[in-house]
Amino acid sequence: MARLYEYQGKQLLKTNKVSVPHGEVATTPDEAEKIAAKIGKPVAVKAQIWAGGRGKAGGIKFASTPEEAKKIAGELLGSTLKNLVVEKVLVEEKLNIDQEYYVGIIIDASREVRAPVVMFSTEGGVDIESVPSEKIAQMTVDVLRGFRFYDALNLAVRLKVPNQYLQSIAQAIVGLFQTFKGYNCRTAEINPLVLTKEGKILAGDCRMAIDDSSVFRHPELGIEVARESATPPTELDKIAWQIEEGDLRGTCYIAQMASDIKELNYVGYHGIGGGGAILGVDALNRQGLKIANYADTSGNPTAAKVYRAAKLIINQPGIEGYMLGGFIVANQEQWHHAHGVVKALREEIPKRPGFPCVILLCGNKEKESMEILKEGTKDLPGRFEFYGSDKVYETEFLAKRMKALILEYRKDRGIKEE
Amino acid sequence: MAILLEKNTTVLVQGITGREGSARAAFMKNYGTKVVAGVTPGRGGEEISGIPVYNTIEEAVRAQGKIDASVTFVPGPGLKDAVFEAIDGGIKFIVMPVERVPLYDILEMMAYAKKYNVRLLGPGSIGIMSPGIAVMGWLGGSPDFAKKVFVPGPVGVISRSGGQSGTVPWAIKEAGMGVSTVIHIGTEPVLGTSCGDILPLFEKDPDTKAVAMFGEIGGPYEEEAAEAVRNKTFTKPLVVYVAGAWAPEGMRFSHASSIIERGKGSAKDKIKSLKEAGVHVVDRPDEIAPTLKRLIGV
Repeated sequence: MARLYEYQGKQLLKTNKVSVPHGEVATTPDEAEKIAAKIGKPVAVKAQIWAGGRGKAGGIKFASTPEEAKKIAGELLGSTLKNLVVEKVLVEEKLNIDQEYYVGIIIDASREVRAPVVMFSTEGGVDIESVPSEKIAQMTVDVLRGFRFYDALNLAVRLKVPNQYLQSIAQAIVGLFQTFKGYNCRTAEINPLVLTKEGKILAGDCRMAIDDSSVFRHPELGIEVARESATPPTELDKIAWQIEEGDLRGTCYIAQMASDIKELNYVGYHGIGGGGAILGVDALNRQGLKIANYADTSGNPTAAKVYRAAKLIINQPGIEGYMLGGFIVANQEQWHHAHGVVKALREEIPKRPGFPCVILLCGNKEKESMEILKEGTKDLPGRFEFYGSDKVYETEFLAKRMKALILEYRKDRGIKEE
Repeated sequence: MAILLEKNTTVLVQGITGREGSARAAFMKNYGTKVVAGVTPGRGGEEISGIPVYNTIEEAVRAQGKIDASVTFVPGPGLKDAVFEAIDGGIKFIVMPVERVPLYDILEMMAYAKKYNVRLLGPGSIGIMSPGIAVMGWLGGSPDFAKKVFVPGPVGVISRSGGQSGTVPWAIKEAGMGVSTVIHIGTEPVLGTSCGDILPLFEKDPDTKAVAMFGEIGGPYEEEAAEAVRNKTFTKPLVVYVAGAWAPEGMRFSHASSIIERGKGSAKDKIKSLKEAGVHVVDRPDEIAPTLKRLIGV
């Protein structure tokens, strides 16, 4: 899921007639001061990070003057909250909260449903999972019929929302659904939906994630990497995404797990297939090895795609080895992998003589693939070991071989540590 | 016998003139699948590996009569139209070996299929194979590989991983058994056919003596399997492996549609739910085949 920051989500809500507090996003303390001055009232300064529990972690602070807003923005910007660096703050009018509601839309994949579910609660501002079910009204949406204004009214009426707020709350619920549908969200949530002492209904906070496969329909959102991740993309993630973007033939997924490697024991990991590749990582960890990245090239990608992935993986600074963890007996013709990997090895291994490579490639065209690998690497100065189907479940053995080759490689380089 | 894809199932290939469509159509036909027609707009009147090509499904059905099933070799953003066309053409089983499909498109397909009582497999399913009988999708790969790895036998296979839908039948064959039908349910966030749909079909199939399932973190699918066992819509031996105990929360492993959201769908939760229902949960994937062997005594 490509997550959006609160300020981005609120901009989308506004276009769908959901009222949001006056405010703007700032990247410097000076900007924060100017925005606060423009608002001309006490403001909230809110760190823009992808994490819940921001308030408790000190990511939301209030300022009564523009100078104070500047000071707080200065403290928040560049600080680390919940392991995430704060690069932007949202400065918006402080709300006089009378009551907090909740509106959320999720997709229920269970076989009875397979549809979006709209949820409304009179107990907002807390984790919705802690709210008793009688305080939540929900409706499964038939997407062919749509979600109507009276559906939203019914949700609010069921929880006995006072008459004078029904229209504006229903508008917020419908607006969230329109945003969810229009921007192809995976999830969308307004929590809290605030009733102010002045009687206005406003989105106090907003969490949204766009479906990865729909990101291409929304270039205006400026999403750099359409991948699910707990943290913003690294430089390597961005380069990896370029391999995938615009090429629908097979999958190339690379996620950086460690950067700026200063220690030993890191391996560039190139998995094939989701399920089995994970077992390979477990086994490497048991040998004291860590993965610098996780990767997956499957779904019958072209040799060109595999080549670009392998080259990127091997090129990570500080790694001591490369493992192709093809822990599947694949239906895809593996010679595309063999060709792609050989091309990457031929370009990269001469730059790092002795570099350990443990390669497991099983399945369709396995014999031919082994020949391509052996033939293509026989004049290279690396340490290569190639394995096929008979080792597909031998994760421990392969991890041990990786470790053994890495220890030899250290001797070459005069490194004594083990 | 087998489930969903049998000897007499007539099959149409959407996108038959494309790189994958033409190669897979030839493979499916040679394997024994009754491929009666293909569709690519603007290419009507041609033939691909002896299969007649039509411009639309309506045209294909007019020429061939009712067609049972369709397999879609089209890009993700074009899948919704392809599926609606197949449903409007009266096709009741649609296999979708297509990834990166926009989510709202998927939801619309699910709703439309439900309305007309059509079964969708996927999206993101590499296919279904009844060894020795027929195949739809990418499963089997090439003739030599299909023959070597997928042998007929008494085990039904359900996989959430495309790669494992070859690996599990291979391991079953290595252990001296074979497979009745193997199904990859797909990789996208919402799927048309899942474990709770498939297990009752395997229950009714006299040739299936046990089922192996390769599970993963995320999604409701393993819990559905546990429910099918609890409510006795499935009573044969069921062996399950759940991958992904290693995954940090919130991380998704590529097109393994594995998301741990709000602590639900974790490997731990799934294993607990399955074990409580009396399912045989194994700790490693290489234990699947030996456990099956012990349970069905072959």
